[in-house]
Amino acid sequence: MSENRPTIKKKRQPVSDRRKFILNMARGAGLASMGGFIWSAYIDEVTASTLILRPPGAIKEEDFLKTCIKCGLCVIACPYDTLVLAKPGDNKPLGTPYFIPRDIPCYMCPDIPCVPVCPTGALDEKSVTTDGVLDINIAEMGLAVVDADSCIAFWGIQCDACYRACPILGVAITIEYSKNERTGKHAFMKPVVHSEACTGCGLCERACVTEKPAIFVLPRETAMGRAGDYYIKGWDKDDEKRLENASEIKTTTEISKESAVDSLNDAGDLY
Amino acid sequence: MSLSRREFLKSSAAASAAAAIGMSVPAELQAAANQAEGDWRWDKAACRFCGTGCGIMMATKGGKIVAVKGDPAAPVNRGLNCIKGYFNAKIMYGADRLTQPLLRVDENGKFKKDGKFAPVSWERAFDEMEFHIKKALKASGPEGVGVFASGQYTVMEGYAAQKMMKAGFRSNAIDPNARHCMASAVVGFYQTFGIDEPSGCYDDIELTDTIVSWGSNMAEMHPILWSRVTDRKLSDPERVKIINMSTYKHRTSDLADEEIIFTPNTDLALWNYIAREIVYNKPEAIDWDFVQKHIVFCASPVNMGYGMRKAGEKSIKEGKYTALEMQTIDKEMKKVVSATEAPALKPYGYKEGDVMVNENAGLKHWHISFEEYKKFLDPYTLDYVAKISKGNPDEDINEFKRKLQLLADLYIEKDRKVVSFWTMGMNQHTRGTWVNTLAYNVHFLLNKQAKPGSGAFSLTGQPSACGTAREVGTFCHRLPADMMVANPKHREITENRWKIPNGTLNHIGNQDIMRIHRDIEDGYVKFAWVNVCNPYQDTASASHWIKAAREMDNFIVTSDGYPGISAKVSDLILPSAMIYEKWGAYGNAERRTQHWRQQVLPVGDAMSDTWQWVELSKRFTVGDVWGAQPLRGDNSLPDVRQAAYAMGYTDNTTMYEILFANKEAQSYKIDLKSFPQAGYDNTECNGDSRNVVGSDGKVFKGYGFMIHEYLFEEYASFGRGHAHDLADFTTYHKVRGLKWPVVDGKETQWRFNTQYDPYAAKANKEAGTTNSHAFYGTLAKSLAQGNLLGITDTTQLPLANKAKIFARPYMDPPETPDKEYDTWLCTGRVLEHWHTGTMTMRVPELYRAVPEALCYMHPQDAKEKGLKQGGLAWVESRRGKIKARVETRGRNRPSRGLVFVPFFDEKVFINKVCADYTCPQSGQTDFKKCAVKIYQA
Repeated sequence: MSENRPTIKKKRQPVSDRRKFILNMARGAGLASMGGFIWSAYIDEVTASTLILRPPGAIKEEDFLKTCIKCGLCVIACPYDTLVLAKPGDNKPLGTPYFIPRDIPCYMCPDIPCVPVCPTGALDEKSVTTDGVLDINIAEMGLAVVDADSCIAFWGIQCDACYRACPILGVAITIEYSKNERTGKHAFMKPVVHSEACTGCGLCERACVTEKPAIFVLPRETAMGRAGDYYIKGWDKDDEKRLENASEIKTTTEISKESAVDSLNDAGDLY
Repeated sequence: MSLSRREFLKSSAAASAAAAIGMSVPAELQAAANQAEGDWRWDKAACRFCGTGCGIMMATKGGKIVAVKGDPAAPVNRGLNCIKGYFNAKIMYGADRLTQPLLRVDENGKFKKDGKFAPVSWERAFDEMEFHIKKALKASGPEGVGVFASGQYTVMEGYAAQKMMKAGFRSNAIDPNARHCMASAVVGFYQTFGIDEPSGCYDDIELTDTIVSWGSNMAEMHPILWSRVTDRKLSDPERVKIINMSTYKHRTSDLADEEIIFTPNTDLALWNYIAREIVYNKPEAIDWDFVQKHIVFCASPVNMGYGMRKAGEKSIKEGKYTALEMQTIDKEMKKVVSATEAPALKPYGYKEGDVMVNENAGLKHWHISFEEYKKFLDPYTLDYVAKISKGNPDEDINEFKRKLQLLADLYIEKDRKVVSFWTMGMNQHTRGTWVNTLAYNVHFLLNKQAKPGSGAFSLTGQPSACGTAREVGTFCHRLPADMMVANPKHREITENRWKIPNGTLNHIGNQDIMRIHRDIEDGYVKFAWVNVCNPYQDTASASHWIKAAREMDNFIVTSDGYPGISAKVSDLILPSAMIYEKWGAYGNAERRTQHWRQQVLPVGDAMSDTWQWVELSKRFTVGDVWGAQPLRGDNSLPDVRQAAYAMGYTDNTTMYEILFANKEAQSYKIDLKSFPQAGYDNTECNGDSRNVVGSDGKVFKGYGFMIHEYLFEEYASFGRGHAHDLADFTTYHKVRGLKWPVVDGKETQWRFNTQYDPYAAKANKEAGTTNSHAFYGTLAKSLAQGNLLGITDTTQLPLANKAKIFARPYMDPPETPDKEYDTWLCTGRVLEHWHTGTMTMRVPELYRAVPEALCYMHPQDAKEKGLKQGGLAWVESRRGKIKARVETRGRNRPSRGLVFVPFFDEKVFINKVCADYTCPQSGQTDFKKCAVKIYQA
């Protein structure tokens, strides 16, 4: 029962804050190519794109929209018909590939046929390659999130359908055991998703037995918080790696936004 | 009656509190609690699925079940369920429920074997059944009429079925799917204790220090019990140890302190290794006082074959088996002793390369001395056992030895309580009876059996394999309450109780489930009726039986709720009421009997299996069935009509009048004003608002007496006073089940233990002993004397109140991987689906969760065979092949050399690949091992 879960090392992309600029650019490009007849729908679809799940290896959404030429080769390569191209009315940037796990999840083919066929690098082979070999386990399509209120395992039901459906069970999803004090003789077995290992394939969402899935995949940017790089876990050697991103710290708050001299000279109603 | 909110709260709290402690609740108060909860009604029931026996509550609204909840008052599950139980409200409402009888007909509506199914009336359906049963009786006698029975029958259905078969048709060819599931456990109980069913109960989980799971993926197959095991582990993580013994890695390993992966069949060697450790290396651990007072040592023949077809059988002579199939079947007649098994067979005089000629051994066994037993154990050294049993080729032998030593130490450790649980891994085994008895050996030597927190405990697969199949006796060889058709005294007791002439019952009970299939293939059984099971999907070597059903001159009837494989291969399909559409009772693995009332009316024209049997009985008279009847060989059944006349029956008296609507039955009154009948439908007794047109072409208005209570009480009367005591019908409607024997209103937790079991106390008192235990079972309690090689002195010595330790060696299974078929195949279940999936594959959520059966295999094996994760592969044995998707990840992680394919999926029909060899003593098929090759599809 000890925590001996293997870990998966993923390649992290540096976080960018050029999002707004690139989005605007993509809008412009989209507008030019499609004319104006479904303009209002198009606006919605672009706005909704933060909730889209992309194929494995997809580069950052803003760059992806810029790079993807909507050729559909990844969709053709997908043996499970997981990937589809956005049609008008799908509320997604037109022509771009995406998937809905509850309908058809990504089955995590070891040879990742959808990625090498990408002619533009919108699906980046390097990001799903370990030591020169394609490695679907490091894909970052999204992240599964559990709603503890509707997850019946949190009620004490022996379910864990998501856990058993997980291709990397025991790594991306583990079971947390705790005593069920109400019954006095049963245990809770609650699924826990580990963000550093979850690929967002959505097999768990597909398998979830509640009416609307209690475990569901969101794009990682949407699903994840981020702790700052200015605090490192003293008990976790691997956490040191975050120092690579750490940079000079300068803070401003309401109280510190003016220079020291200006603030000292502004006595207000202090005396 | 109107209740204020406060009164309601008081009454419903009182009702659930009372139920929690097993107290009876006044009927009126209970009814008030039911009524007060809105426009829905809650009532208790048992879960439809496994042998755990969880209590549930059903909510009905507008005549339909709309919701389910775990019953917080149920001691087994305290309000929880697994995900199958979670969907009990949905299982009866699949879009393709069978709602009317369907018959294969030609264009003129006449029966035609290769015709298409078309709706017919119930009357027509019974006309066809009557015609084809009479035809079968004429062609083959009583042995020509067979029934595929079930561990999922309600107690009443099973009792009605076996009564009509055995007393009416005088046929013992009724055998349940529980044969595939529990038979080895049963023969193990018989041989060891002299009586069926476990000594312990689930309370052992909370009391033990050690749980060893042998061939049982409890995490998926008994989830609520597993949750109790988990809680026990959490309560004291250092003290409590959990060991998972399996032939492949599965989810039960998640919680285990150690996982021991062994080669298929070597559980025999592992148990003997533990026993050898005790006897040779830790003799001080033997509780000699206990052993001398309670135990005798026994041996039995080893050259008993593998329950396969034998040379000279009709279908073999006719060439229905291919040369490839015969490669395996030939071992039924003789086999060459292998290097692997030779050391274990040395004490029996065999050496490697010897030809072992197999003979029918039956259940024969005899006394041996402890010294002889010790000699038998000698070969099971750590070196030998580790060498033959290490199941993961990539594991280091010394690491494996360390685990075996640890396993033995845990069993042996003084003051450490140990529970051994097992399910199909030990039961579905060509030496299933043997390995069951070997488990008790270890517990007996250490005096760790039938004590709180200690014992070897066979977990049941099906919801009423214990309650119906075994205790009611819907097996070919059994009568109610552990009585046997072969025993003249038992037949007489039964005949007297059933008020039928002495000599009516058939004394030959050998048509077990495989024999019925084989008899159909041989053209001997001409009529077969499938009840509450799916034998054409769940039996190994399936192609043979399907072909026989479809292509030979016979008539196959299937009663079911849904169109499964068995319905598809039938000639007539009868729509059955499903579980909550009828009154019923189940008995779980800890001897807990649970009753429920009919919650809703059946869909369409569906009617219960009890009704179908009782209606059929109206079609047969004394004149039809109680004359002299031929049996196979030189056997026959006497004409008992003269005796019948003397009992007041005539040639025209129907079996309905004698077996089901007799004077005693009529004394169980309809009482719609009182508990438990008040407010509940009762289709069989009163008819119902659907006005179903019945077997006589008239609207069925009910039998007019409380047939469910009658069937239950008559059945229960066989066990009362014989250590099978059940409470009365009405009590069971008030409590959350009771563990029999129920004596003076109290249930029994640990049988054979003088402190807890009134029958053990009584047996000791009668014997003038003051022993801690009394193994009072009466079967095979007088034995001849001998040594490992056979009987040397035929003097029968009695062994009252004693149990047995058996010398039973490791032997190879009849099929092991070779160059051509290089991989072990194991089949089994997944948590999400129940058996052949007829119910769970129709629950959208469960279907979506696991839509198809996968072939779980090691990634390196896949790579070497050129198979891709998620790609299709052929899995082929000497018997057939199927296509399945390769899964190298996920819930099951076999070592190299073994694959696991579940059997729930009718599109991945793995039972066409599995072999129908059985334990020759129990008749239970070994679904857990055969040799296959796997290649790209």
